[in-house]
Amino acid sequence: MHIEIDGISKHFASTAALHPVSLSIPSGALVALLGPSGSGKTTLLRILGGLEFPTAGRVLFDGQDATGLSVQDRRAGVVFQSYALFRHMTVFNNIAYGLNARPRATRPAKAEIARRVTKLLDLIQLPDIGARYPSQLSGGQRQRVALARALAIEPRMLLLDEPFGALDAMVRKELRQGLRDIHDETGLTTVFVTHDQEEAMELADLVVVMSMGRIEQVGRPADIRARPATSFVRDFITA
Amino acid sequence: MSDITHPAGFRPATTEHPLTRWLLVGFAVLAMGLLVFAPLVAVFAEALRDGVTAALASLGNPDAQAAIRLTLAIAAIAVPLNAAFGIAAAWFITKFDFRGKAVLITLIDLPFSVSPVVAGLCIVLMFGANSALGGWLVAQGYPVVFALPGIVLATMFVTFPFVARELIPVMVEQGRAEEEAALTLGASGWRTFWTVTLPNIRWALLYGVLLCNARAMGEFGAVAVVSGKIRGQTATMPITIEMLYNEYLSVAAFSLAAVLSVLALVTLLFKTVLELRHADQLAATHRH
Ligand SMILES: Nc1ncnc2c1ncn2[C@@H]1O[C@H](COP(=O)(O)OP(=O)(O)OP(=O)(O)O)[C@@H](O)[C@H]1O
Ligand SMILES: [Mg+2]
Repeated sequence: MHIEIDGISKHFASTAALHPVSLSIPSGALVALLGPSGSGKTTLLRILGGLEFPTAGRVLFDGQDATGLSVQDRRAGVVFQSYALFRHMTVFNNIAYGLNARPRATRPAKAEIARRVTKLLDLIQLPDIGARYPSQLSGGQRQRVALARALAIEPRMLLLDEPFGALDAMVRKELRQGLRDIHDETGLTTVFVTHDQEEAMELADLVVVMSMGRIEQVGRPADIRARPATSFVRDFITA
Repeated sequence: MSDITHPAGFRPATTEHPLTRWLLVGFAVLAMGLLVFAPLVAVFAEALRDGVTAALASLGNPDAQAAIRLTLAIAAIAVPLNAAFGIAAAWFITKFDFRGKAVLITLIDLPFSVSPVVAGLCIVLMFGANSALGGWLVAQGYPVVFALPGIVLATMFVTFPFVARELIPVMVEQGRAEEEAALTLGASGWRTFWTVTLPNIRWALLYGVLLCNARAMGEFGAVAVVSGKIRGQTATMPITIEMLYNEYLSVAAFSLAAVLSVLALVTLLFKTVLELRHADQLAATHRH
């Protein structure tokens, strides 16, 4: 799905988290929002997911105005920074949650839900953990379960906030490739937030460099490396 | 850790000298015995002074029966309502950002700092027959003061903080992420509440409800003011106990007091059984 961000700004009381920003995300792209802490990456991602509403500006999905669309109707698969798995539910029920939450008319039958959950557990290469609780998983396993839970709703896009933030270097590398594979397999427009420039450059098709609520540069990793648009970008990607 | 042996003369930093330990434990046991256990035993001893038959006979008295029914009815009304209000207040305070949050939190604590007698007087002032609202309600045939609604109101005021107080820290600690996740997965706000919020706070809620219940059944001051102490009608168990005691009907007073204590003990027992049965689950959510 093509995502168009048209002059979005966001104020929290007196602080401006986002100055008007505009951005066009082509359908099927894997996009990194890259920037230092407090640059507004999470805020922009939450606006896309419908968890926060912009002070001004519009969001368009495939050309349709989606600015006022509710969280539920956006059908965005969101992976939260701390994963936000439902701690009182098994992994199976976590992944099945979105399907069970559908209105009766569109809810798959029990057996079909079980089949899809099993398939997703296979996709994240953790076929045997359905009966466990989130507290019984490692950080990397939790992250993958969160991804499976987001994919279960057959989302129109994937939004991930620092998906590898809390993991050690080895697991990060492995899961990076995992995300790339899942993106390529599903073809979903995917936006992920990171403050790690190496991660953004390696993984993304398109990198959006942000600073202090503004977009400094948008481009393919190679182009940003070769031609940083501002001194901020140059300093940030060489740091 | 107990299987680690320490070199002679060394103690782990968190372990006190044995003498200190025994003194502290001894003091705690003594205080518990004097302040809690002894009075409880005394209540039952006093109730059974003239034998079981006399105690049971005094409980069979219509006024005593009415008092027991009234107290149970008040708890049955006030506790669920306060549970609902407490959940709503805690939800509102922890899941939304708004101006005046600190003021609201202070307001929730107000019943803890205001004397129950003053609370009772406020209700009399607002709903008494001499006030505009109270006069109107009496004219419609719904008196509040000296009637069940007033007693329920007074009880609810006094016990309001228990549920909200238990829930707020738990809900603050858990944050909003799980609820947000549920919403992005397509769940309605209502479904999110029942499937995510409520299961996550169920233990804190249970403690709050049990505390609220214990206090609702035992409340004296506020109820004494608004009830008018009409025997057999508006006299709750604590009020009836006091009246009987003042009339030197010691066996009757203590028998009723024993019943009230048993109700409280049953509540405590219930809580302990639940704690034992779900010990692992409680450990996983690190509360109590
Ligand atoms: N709910 C909020 N209320 C007030 N200010 C907020 C809120 N959320 C974000 N902000 C402010 O908006 C700005 C951007 O925050 P945001 O969370 O989007 O940054 P970020 O780029 O995700 O940073 P990080 O890498 O640390 O997660 C910050 O100055 C932050 O303090
Ligand atoms: Mg962030």
